Amino acid sequence: MELLLASIIGLLVACGLYLILRSRTFSVVLGLVLLGYATNLFLFASGRLATNQPALIGEGPPFADPLPQALVLTAIVIGFAMIAFVVVLALRARGELGSEHVDGLDREADQ
Amino acid sequence: MPIGSIILLPLLGALLPPLMVRHGRAVVAWSAALVTALALLVGLWHAPAVFSGSDVSSHREWIPMIGLALSLRLDGLAFLFVMLITGIGLLIILYAYYYLPKDDRLGRFFGLLMLFQSAMLGIVLADNLLLLLLFWELTSLSSFLLIAYKSNTRVARQGARMALAITAGGGLAMLAGFLLLGHVVGSFELSEVLAAGDLVRADPLYLPILILILLGAFTKSAQFPFHFWLPNAMAAPTPVSAYLHSATMVKAGVFLLARFFPVLSGTETWSYIVSGIGLTTLVLGAYIAIFKHDIKGLLAYSTISHLGLITFLFGLGTPLGAVAGLFHLVNHAVFKASLFMAAGIIDHETGTRDMRQINGLWSFMPYTATLAMVAAAAMAGVPLLNGFLSKEMFFAETIYHSWVGPLEWLVPAVATLAGVFAVAYSVRFIHDVFFNGKPVDLPRTPHEPPRWMKIPVEVFVALCLLVGIFPEQTVRPLLDISVASLLGTTPEYHIAIWHGFSMPLYMSMIATVGGILLYTQRQRLFAAHDRWFPRTSGEAAFQYSVKRIRDLANRLIAKIDNESLQRYVAWLLGAAILVTAAPLVSGWQIFGGVALSPLDGVSLAAAFILVVAALGTVIARRQRLFALIMTSLVGLIVTLTFVHFSAPDLALTQLSVELITTVLMLLALFFLPGGPRQEVSRWRHWRDLGLAGIAGIGTAMLAFAVMTRPSISISDYFLATSKPLGGGQNVVNVILVDFRSIDTLGEITVLAIAAAGIFALLWGLRLAVPTHDLEGRRWAQDVHPLIMSMIARPLLPLALLVAVFILLRGHNLPGGGFIAGLVAAIGLILQQIASGIEWTQKRLRISYLAMIGVGLLIAVATGIGAFVLGYPFLTSATLHPEVAVIGEIELASAVAFDVGVFLVVLGTMMLILENLGRLSGASPPSSSVESVSEKT
Repeated sequence: MELLLASIIGLLVACGLYLILRSRTFSVVLGLVLLGYATNLFLFASGRLATNQPALIGEGPPFADPLPQALVLTAIVIGFAMIAFVVVLALRARGELGSEHVDGLDREADQ
Repeated sequence: MPIGSIILLPLLGALLPPLMVRHGRAVVAWSAALVTALALLVGLWHAPAVFSGSDVSSHREWIPMIGLALSLRLDGLAFLFVMLITGIGLLIILYAYYYLPKDDRLGRFFGLLMLFQSAMLGIVLADNLLLLLLFWELTSLSSFLLIAYKSNTRVARQGARMALAITAGGGLAMLAGFLLLGHVVGSFELSEVLAAGDLVRADPLYLPILILILLGAFTKSAQFPFHFWLPNAMAAPTPVSAYLHSATMVKAGVFLLARFFPVLSGTETWSYIVSGIGLTTLVLGAYIAIFKHDIKGLLAYSTISHLGLITFLFGLGTPLGAVAGLFHLVNHAVFKASLFMAAGIIDHETGTRDMRQINGLWSFMPYTATLAMVAAAAMAGVPLLNGFLSKEMFFAETIYHSWVGPLEWLVPAVATLAGVFAVAYSVRFIHDVFFNGKPVDLPRTPHEPPRWMKIPVEVFVALCLLVGIFPEQTVRPLLDISVASLLGTTPEYHIAIWHGFSMPLYMSMIATVGGILLYTQRQRLFAAHDRWFPRTSGEAAFQYSVKRIRDLANRLIAKIDNESLQRYVAWLLGAAILVTAAPLVSGWQIFGGVALSPLDGVSLAAAFILVVAALGTVIARRQRLFALIMTSLVGLIVTLTFVHFSAPDLALTQLSVELITTVLMLLALFFLPGGPRQEVSRWRHWRDLGLAGIAGIGTAMLAFAVMTRPSISISDYFLATSKPLGGGQNVVNVILVDFRSIDTLGEITVLAIAAAGIFALLWGLRLAVPTHDLEGRRWAQDVHPLIMSMIARPLLPLALLVAVFILLRGHNLPGGGFIAGLVAAIGLILQQIASGIEWTQKRLRISYLAMIGVGLLIAVATGIGAFVLGYPFLTSATLHPEVAVIGEIELASAVAFDVGVFLVVLGTMMLILENLGRLSGASPPSSSVESVSEKT
């Protein structure tokens, strides 16, 4: 299972980074979303994999490690805020530059 | 009073003048004078101890790891300088008050002047090498700011930059020298370094130490070939020139020579370098001074020359050389300060400093002329004035030095030549300015300056005479104690006006007669100078190298930076891979040894879906809607992963964030139709694929390595104390709102900032609303279908109810503020989608910005509540009230904190989506449909 999860994390990182290297803002946003999943999964996995052991005092022991979970929980929400910020930045860039290229290029081609 | 207050008074006092600006110029000047006078008094208060031969010192650790300590020592040398700095400082403040224009409110000027004064006092009092360096650089900085005081002129800015580059650069060399010195001695404490002279001189590192420290001293004291910054620093207001650039700061380099005299002097290397440079500077400065038409330029080169003289004297390495050096240092400070002040008065009264225009001022301002002439005579070394005495000692010291070898006659000859030049420029100053016919085209008709402006000049000139006539009674005791702190003992010496007919006297006479003769031949001299003197100078070389460096930087930047964000990302990624890969490939064990957990079919199937969806996102990124669906699919599998691996809170969070993200992206898609396909070179394609692939494989290896290593977690503490201390059973939530609540507070603050940033970015943004969707179809007319809005409405109270439920149970069961905020947001967003933003806003008059603010306030207030009760910030309290019917409920203060989290999350989500939604709200169909839904 560890090997599978590690491979998935690697795949998500690769897909996310490839998209981030693209030139269209929307691709970059998608890439950030994928990279965000990968990062959260990695952080989560550092607490090791435990099934049916939620960190609720009434239902154990044993418990899954609650600390990475707490960190990931806030990371998910902040990750959303960052994605939203990038999306709005892309919109603003389109409004100001008339382009969806990350470097603000091909203005003519776009219009 | 502790001696630290000598530094601290002006340092804190630097704040006073800017604060006093409202009360007028006089109060500003008085505040600066008061601080300086207090520092002077503290110095005098310690005078009995210093004169009795015992040093006053204080010591306090600052950063012991690097050897930096707040060590201060007031010995004879430091005392002499404290008196010079504060005494001259007082007179400068008085002078500056009259000198600077009436519309200058003086706050900034005196603030900077006090800052400089504090730094300069720090240099002389520091008993720790690193502390000394700190003050050293601070003088460079404050000098930079003061030279650039009239920052609207180009000359001032250029002069300031040059001075900073040279002196701060020398400071860096000095830092290296200090570090080596500290390494050799084993301590950065100056008193220990001074006691280790033999050790240092025998060390193989002696030469580098010497050269590096001398670089610092020579740049600061404007020694050849670094002298050129000083004339350029004359762009500063004249009080600054008088104070920093003749009396005190430029003496810091010479002070350093005196300070390190016991450690570094006494070798032939020292003598050759220091006295060689000193002698060169002495002659060169004196020679150039003759040809300067600008009064301040003449004085600046004269200062360079005199600094060279003092450097030469210290370079000799003899006790009497050190005495003469210190004596001339004091004398020069006095007569040069008064000359600069006189030059300032002349500039002030005539409106120019050009000696070709200023002539015959004797008839306009005879009193000032008399003062200036006496000071200039001291500069030339005329008997009965202080300059004569130290110059005699200097001439005496030039004779008989075996280390010069067969060129023994050369040093006295060169010294006499410099004396000739000094007399020539002094005579030129007197004759050209006060006599020599009538003034030429003066911008103003000169008068005597205000009474009080002359007082500082009078004091200095009186000192010139007093020291010149009664040296033994006035300056001798001060000189004795400062020499004693250099040499340990006071050597036998005698200061007198008349020594009988001796070699020094003949040299003085030659210099005086020669100088006057030289001046009478000035026409021929000027012509010869213009014809023969080389044009290239240190200044030109400096400007040239600065230009070359700038050009090189520009070329380099142009080569590596094409201002493409894409390229930045690629570089960043490449660098990150390199840094991470180094340990990964060097024989590192990936598998950590912990047994793997078994694989099951469902997981495999889910993984398969995720792989397809992730690859689908990449491949179908141009079919944007499809790519978005694929991404959401990945998100759902991630949610399921959390469910599977015992993280119900995470699953709930991920699921609700997933929903909101999708809505957000759909809104964005509306405005991002995508352009024509970008042609990407094959190389770029493979490069990106390679970078992403390597990064992915590396991350997978890391993740696998982490998961297969034994887990050592600090979570046992949280698990054990969650119930007794945090009063909750859901450990994840207790960590968030209790154990690590200060982190959470930071995180919701970040959320709030992001929301505010988005709000600002969207402010005033106008985007063309597309009429067709991505496939070129027209948008549907019915934007808010009736059935949808009808179904959505009853969902809102249900969603809010669920949200409150999740919020309250969060402490014990999966849930909490984050998730509850997200769920409530989904309920509200649903209304906006179904019935329109206008419609929702009409019924729900909520300012989401205010909601975020209130949420943050509640969170902070819970923390402060604990503060008030005497516990650390954010300590939680628990109550267990018995309530009828429901039974015992736990009321942890952490729940209030969670309410804050809830409000911030909800406010953030709504603020973002509402403002984004508003962008499309202007499209015409929405209003018509709104009226339809109004009727229903």
